[in-house]
Amino acid sequence: MNASTNHRTGTAVSVTGLRKAYSKKVVLDGVDLTIGEGEVFALLGPNGAGKTTIVRILSTLIPADAGTATVMGYDLRGEAGAVRGVIGVTGQFSAVDNLLTGEENLALMGRLLHLRATDRRARTTELLERFDLVDAARQTPATYSGGMTRRLDIAMTLMGRPRLIFLDEPTTGLDPLSRQTMWRIIRELVREGVTILLTTQYLEEADHLAGRIAMLDHGRIVAQGTPDELKRRIPGAHIRLRFADAAALAAAGRALPEGTRDDEELVLRVRNEGGIRSLRDVLARLGDDVAVEDLSIHTPDLDDVFFAVTGKASKEKN
Amino acid sequence: MGAVTIAAQDSITMLGREIKHSLRLVRLLIVSAILVPVVMLLLFDYILGGTIGHGLGDAARGAPYVDFLVPGILMMAIAGGCGPTAINVTVDMTGGFIDRIRAMAVTRGALLAGHVGGSVLRTLVATAAVTGVALLVGFRPKATVADWFAVVGIVAAFSFALAWLSAAIGLVTKTVAGANGSTLPLSFLLPFLSSTFVPAGSMPAGVRWFAANQPFTAVVDSLRALLTGAPIGNTAYLALAWCAAIALVSYLWAQATFRRGAR
Repeated sequence: MNASTNHRTGTAVSVTGLRKAYSKKVVLDGVDLTIGEGEVFALLGPNGAGKTTIVRILSTLIPADAGTATVMGYDLRGEAGAVRGVIGVTGQFSAVDNLLTGEENLALMGRLLHLRATDRRARTTELLERFDLVDAARQTPATYSGGMTRRLDIAMTLMGRPRLIFLDEPTTGLDPLSRQTMWRIIRELVREGVTILLTTQYLEEADHLAGRIAMLDHGRIVAQGTPDELKRRIPGAHIRLRFADAAALAAAGRALPEGTRDDEELVLRVRNEGGIRSLRDVLARLGDDVAVEDLSIHTPDLDDVFFAVTGKASKEKN
Repeated sequence: MGAVTIAAQDSITMLGREIKHSLRLVRLLIVSAILVPVVMLLLFDYILGGTIGHGLGDAARGAPYVDFLVPGILMMAIAGGCGPTAINVTVDMTGGFIDRIRAMAVTRGALLAGHVGGSVLRTLVATAAVTGVALLVGFRPKATVADWFAVVGIVAAFSFALAWLSAAIGLVTKTVAGANGSTLPLSFLLPFLSSTFVPAGSMPAGVRWFAANQPFTAVVDSLRALLTGAPIGNTAYLALAWCAAIALVSYLWAQATFRRGAR
């Protein structure tokens, strides 16, 4: 049921040709994904890209129209019950029982997971402490802040020690402090060996947390890889040199003819593909005679990638 | 553990949750499930009862109107449980909680079973309280101990049937207001179009046949016969048959809707 390893395959999720449409509207248009065990995988995309639909299909909530998927070695269609036994889901909307106290919510999960009474109580106490909910344990979520409710939500998901956790937009609507807390919680889970599939519309969040990212747009994966791989895929990594006057800029332009000059700002941009080595090369070619006023290295962020692969800006960069 | 044991355990867990919910909302339930029928009892007995009682004729069997009325008020208390049950189901189905339950290895029918069980328990408490008030205002039942058991059985059976129907309604409605509105015919209209307050035979020809043959009348008539010592005939069997039919159809409807809920 929990951390047993009888189905260990090294692959947590394997998806081929996933399709889903609502009447005429295509939501998923042939999605392929592979997520390794212990990995944090982020689905990144704007609202309506299909992120939540993928999570709902993989967590057995809705059937796909076409395609195959295995989750922790179990076939999603034929072994939905087994899948449910090894996953945990925290959806976009709060899934706590608002009439039960925090403690009762956790105990309810323990009962539904058929934990023995002693285990249930021990696990409840442990999770209340871990998620800083001890003082609020005997209050209903009506008195909680958004961050507290989200923490209770995650704690309920963890009650059964799932090996794979789906987090659908775990930080949407949270204040910056609660977001930091949520990031810390996710990193702790990763250290424990849990596999995480998270969705987010925040590029910064995917960059920060995920080992691999799939960018989703209109139901298709438009780019996939580690954050660094994705960033390398697009041009834009450059060294930006600013000079004190036009004469220095002209001299630099002669030394580095491949650079792009901006005469108004007295800036020269030179492509930077090889990191430190190309930086050293640029400085060597510039020599000692040209005085550089300011130097900065610009690395493209995932915003640039998203723009490059979809031709439009991702929304709501925070 | 066997599948049946797990199903029973999950259903009991969900019933426990529903009982906790009811206790958290106990003041609301006292008003809606007990106070409303009690007010109707007082209104019909003290304000309208004189005239209605005179008009009853043979149907009153020489007893005061309150004896004829109380079985009808018990029916109002049973039917009054429909709204809260449908609302509770709708609230569960429209929040994020149901997705959590669906994504867990929890017996599929357990959640609805908890709602239905909770609904029956609430109705038993409410009807017991209403009966207590009725005794205080002069209701003098002639039921034997065996009759009382039969009364409890029929109340539980009809409440069980209406709870499944309400659960199904709660599953198809999308909002709390919709759930409340859709159960009004059950909690209000059908009791009035039955022998709850006056005998069906006294109604205008157009509704008389419907009132005489609809399930609420069978249930009220059987309760009335048991409580007042009137000849019961086959009304108790008829009432139980209606309960079984309504429960079965509603159960199948609710299960099908619950499964279809995952689109």
